[in-house]
Parts: sequence; structure tokens; C-alpha cells
Amino acid sequence: MTDTVLKVVNLTVKIPTRQGVLRPVDKLSLEIAKGKILGVVGESGAGKSMTGNAVIGLLDPPAHISGGEIWLNGKRIDTLTREPMRAVRGKQIGMVFQDPLTSLNPLLPIGDQLTETMLEHLDISASEAEKRAIAALEEVGIPGAAERIKSYPHEFSGGMRQRVVIALALCAEPSLVVADEPTTALDVSVQAQIIALLKRLCAERGTAIMLITHDMGVIAETADDVAVMYAGRMAELGPVRDVLTRPTHPYTQGLMASTPLAAKGGKRLNQIPGAMPRLTELPAGCAFHPRCPIAKDKCRADPAPTLGAGDGRAACWFAGEAGP
Amino acid sequence: MSDLVEVKNLVRDFDVSAPWLNRVLERKPKAILQAVSNVSFNIARNSVYALVGESGSGKSTIGKIIVGLLPPTAGTIKIDGIDPAHEPDKAKIAAMQVGIQMIFQDPYASLNPRWKVGDIIAEPVTARGGKADGLAQKLLEQVGLSGADVNKYPHEFSGGQRQRICIARALAAEPKLIVCDEPTSALDVSVQAQVLNLMSDLREEFGLTYLFISHDLTIVQHMADTVGVLYLGRLIEEAPREALFADPKHPYTKMLLEAAPKLDGFGREVEPPKGEIPDPIHPPTGCAYHPRCPIAVDRCTKERPEMEQKGKGRVACFLAV
Repeated sequence: MTDTVLKVVNLTVKIPTRQGVLRPVDKLSLEIAKGKILGVVGESGAGKSMTGNAVIGLLDPPAHISGGEIWLNGKRIDTLTREPMRAVRGKQIGMVFQDPLTSLNPLLPIGDQLTETMLEHLDISASEAEKRAIAALEEVGIPGAAERIKSYPHEFSGGMRQRVVIALALCAEPSLVVADEPTTALDVSVQAQIIALLKRLCAERGTAIMLITHDMGVIAETADDVAVMYAGRMAELGPVRDVLTRPTHPYTQGLMASTPLAAKGGKRLNQIPGAMPRLTELPAGCAFHPRCPIAKDKCRADPAPTLGAGDGRAACWFAGEAGP
Repeated sequence: MSDLVEVKNLVRDFDVSAPWLNRVLERKPKAILQAVSNVSFNIARNSVYALVGESGSGKSTIGKIIVGLLPPTAGTIKIDGIDPAHEPDKAKIAAMQVGIQMIFQDPYASLNPRWKVGDIIAEPVTARGGKADGLAQKLLEQVGLSGADVNKYPHEFSGGQRQRICIARALAAEPKLIVCDEPTSALDVSVQAQVLNLMSDLREEFGLTYLFISHDLTIVQHMADTVGVLYLGRLIEEAPREALFADPKHPYTKMLLEAAPKLDGFGREVEPPKGEIPDPIHPPTGCAYHPRCPIAVDRCTKERPEMEQKGKGRVACFLAV
């Protein structure tokens, strides 16, 4: 495929602990093309943030990449050492996290934080960087940008702060943005503003986005493709409309049926029994089988098939057999 | 029979001024934040009344006032016909207050980690000197856990199970009204469905009334009979669920419904809402929503609209039809 920005092949992340080696991400493969948005959904503990952190090279030790490859614009980045990776991060990969207050330095005016990033990664003068910082803030919709570059993060509201973070993520013109729950801490009306902003900026610049969230509604409205994760593995991957309207993995089917929107008021919600297993007590075979309505002996014995980038949609032996 | 809860002209102010000495030295005025401003609504027996609004809209403050965790600054609350601020008979107040329980947002913070689950659940009864033999086992089974769990500690349970324990504790006092403040926003979608279903079942089984506080419109649409929409401490629209979601009258309600992400909204281009929630210490004059309102006229900037009956619900907007 041409124009592939990010390609992840069989990525496995391991965390050695006293209870044994945990695998928060297990043989995960995905691709994002230029200008496309890939939504990564899953419940807490599904490994979606861990995947994002692995891509940007910010896994907290002892977590580490133990297998697989990560390719960015045709260059392998998972084998890079600290310093070359620092140059990639920020320049080629931008990041937006859930809590804008913790991703900004409280002691530096926001203008300095923007110019610092640009001076580090772009070959421009300080005055040019300041000009670009003001332009970047104007672009994300901060009124009075020329004066506000001297303001500190605490002087902004939550939504405005997230706009600053987006400006910061995009100021070095990266080809990929990893956005980890960018709107979870925000109100509905502000969430709509931030999502619209992310979509517009990335469409204009052809930036690829990896959008990590637990909100199916946000995914439906924003993403081109969606990856559903369960217990560290890819459960289902495909175009957003197909996966959400005609899910084939029993987990995706259960997840879609349990959202209150699907019940249309009054009716009982469909519920998936139990909860996602902890990584220390993963069941044998397919990790979903204890909660799965169509589990058979094969599911209890064999791990579910691993999804390659070009394979079918669902990592399930009996995909599509249960009606949605 | 009259409504279970009657809230009339409820006001709650918080003093957010700088300390006295700073005020004197820096000549700062007192700063008062009106978290709840002249709110009136009734909750019918055995119904679910949902309060929705964004952060700072005063929905949690109203919940706390109704439970009795905060006193109101002005206005009256009557629960089961009893106004705790003006009732001379203390025994009546105590009896009424037993009938109100609360479920909090964070099931990790609202259970004492050093107590056994059985003691946590029985506390509403034992704290008042009642006997609670076997009560915790019975309630645990009713909320879908095992009676043998009474001797476990909260850390041995997952988030969804903990929220079930909170529900069991609320049920122990045989309440009439349960105030649920964002009961599922800390839970995953598949677990959220379990808890919401449980709450619906218990409502039928015990004839409960819920005050359901949430920012999530999809949950409200699923759970509520009546919905009240709050903005900056003011109730701006109230209507039966179907009417509100099918035909919202207030421009703010319209914006909220439009902005909420939809599962079938593939590639939907939403006109993003204008502006943000204003500073609550210096709220706009007139209608609090007018700076962001697409249809505001001159009158909206000067005069505060009162709630008026329009169609099936009540709306506080001069231009609503």
C-alpha cells in the first residue's frame, strides 16, 4: 500500500513482574495511511494506551517491546535508541494526551513551549518560531493569540488548554499524531469543538491520526478505520462503518449492543457477563471465551487467530456466526 | 399522592473569596459563586428524574442538598411532605433521611478499604442501632454477587462489582429515594450496561425513585422518565424523556443533543458549538446562555427568562416555541 505512514507488525509488549511476564499488547498489527484516522477502542486494560505509548517510544520500564516491528514512513523506529527516537518524537510524531494540564509545563508560558519545540526540530530562527507559534495558536482557535503566548497554562480553561496541546503536537508538522483519549476530560460541547479541530487540521495537512478512546460515538463520527482491542489483542479491525454496523467478533457485537444508544430507550440493555480478565489471570485459549455466548471447545483450547494487517476482520474462530 | 420530592426556588451560594487579610490588603471584593440559582422541580414517586448538564452546571450540588450533605442558601426542599429546615419534630426528619441514600461516582473512593464488605453494606442499619443479621448476604445476592463475599475487602472486587456493593449499601436502609451521582461514568461500557440493568430491576422490585445525575445524554435517554437540563446553576428545560429528545425547545438543549457523538454518525460534520461555559462567579446578565446562543435577541441580554410551560415540558427561553 502506498502512503502508509504508520505500520505496526506483530507488536508485542511485555512487562516482567513477580507474578510472571504480562503481555499488555500481544501480536498486534495495524496500518494508518496518510490523512486517515484510525480509532483504537477497548475497555480499560485492553492495551490501547500501551500500544500508543509503544508507538511513540514512551513505554515506562519495565514494560518493553519484546517482538514485532514499528515502521514510520518506511523507517523502522522501534529499534532506535534514545537520542534518535527523541528526534523522531515531536518532529514526526505529535502527541495529545487526556489531561492537558499534565502535558504542559506549568512554569513556562505557552509561547515558550511552542517555540522550544519548533527550535528543537525545525531549522528556523527564534523570531520566525514566535511568528509561527502565534499562527499555530490562531489556527487552533485561541482568541488574541499574540497576547496569549505570554500566558501560563493555568490561565486557560480545559478546552483552551487542549487546543494549546494540539497546537504543540502539530507545530513541528508531524506526519502522525497519537491522540490518547483527547476529549475524555472535556464537556460534550467542548469535545465537539476539539474533535472538529483535530479532523480539520489533519485533513488540511494530511496528518495521520491514531485516536485512542473508549467512546464508540467519537469513533463513529471521526475515524476512517477502527481497531477493537480486548485483553491486549486485536479483536476486530476494519472500516468504521462495517465494524460498527455489522460487527463479526462476538465481543464487538456485545459491546455495540450494550451501549445505551443501541437500546433506544426503555428496553433492557444487552450485557456481556463478567468483566475483562486481569493480565495476570488470562484464561487459556481465546481471552474472551469465558464471556463469549458462542464459545466452543476450540476457543477454550486454542488462542484466537492473530489478525495480520491484510487479513479478515475478526480474530475469532467462529466470526460472524452469532447474529448481532 | 403528592410528589416524593418537591424542590422550590432552591439557591446555593459558595463563598470563594480570597482570605480576609488578602481581601483587605489587595482591596478585592467578596466573590460569591452561585452554584444553584432559583431551581424548582418535582420528582414523582417511582420515577427516574435525570439532571443533565456540563461541568459547573450545579447538578451535583443539587444532589448533595437533597441528600442533606449541604444546606441550601435559600429555597425549600420537601421530601415526602417534610421540609427538614422547618420541621420541628426531629424524629420525623430522621425517619425521612433514612429513606434517602446516595450512590457516588467513584466506587474506588466510596468504600472504606479497611472494612469488610458485609460491614460496609450493613452500616446504614447498624449506625442507627438496628440489627442487620444476614442482611448483607441477602443484599449481595440481590445485586448479583455471592453471599459469601461479606468477609472480603473492597480491593478484591472489580469496578463494576464495587458499584454493586455501593448499590447494596444504599438498599440496606430500605430507601424511597436514591440519588445517583454519575453512577457509571467510572465504568466500562459492558460493565455499565450490567449496572444500569440492575438499577432498572431494583427500581421495579422495591418501588424506588431515582434522582439520576449525569452528563451522558445516552444514559439519560435510556434511564430517565423526566429530564431536567441545567446550565450554569439554572434549570433551563424540563420535559418527559421522549418529548425532550424528540423536540428540544431550549437552544442549549438543542446544542447539547447535536454535539453528543452518535453511533450512526459516520463522517457527520457537526457545526461545533460556539464558546465555552462562562465564568460562574461573573455570570452573563439576563439569560446565562445568551453569549453562546445562535438566536439571542436584545431582550436575552437584559432579562432572565423564567421557566414556562411550553408543549409537554417547561422551558426558560423567551424565544422557545
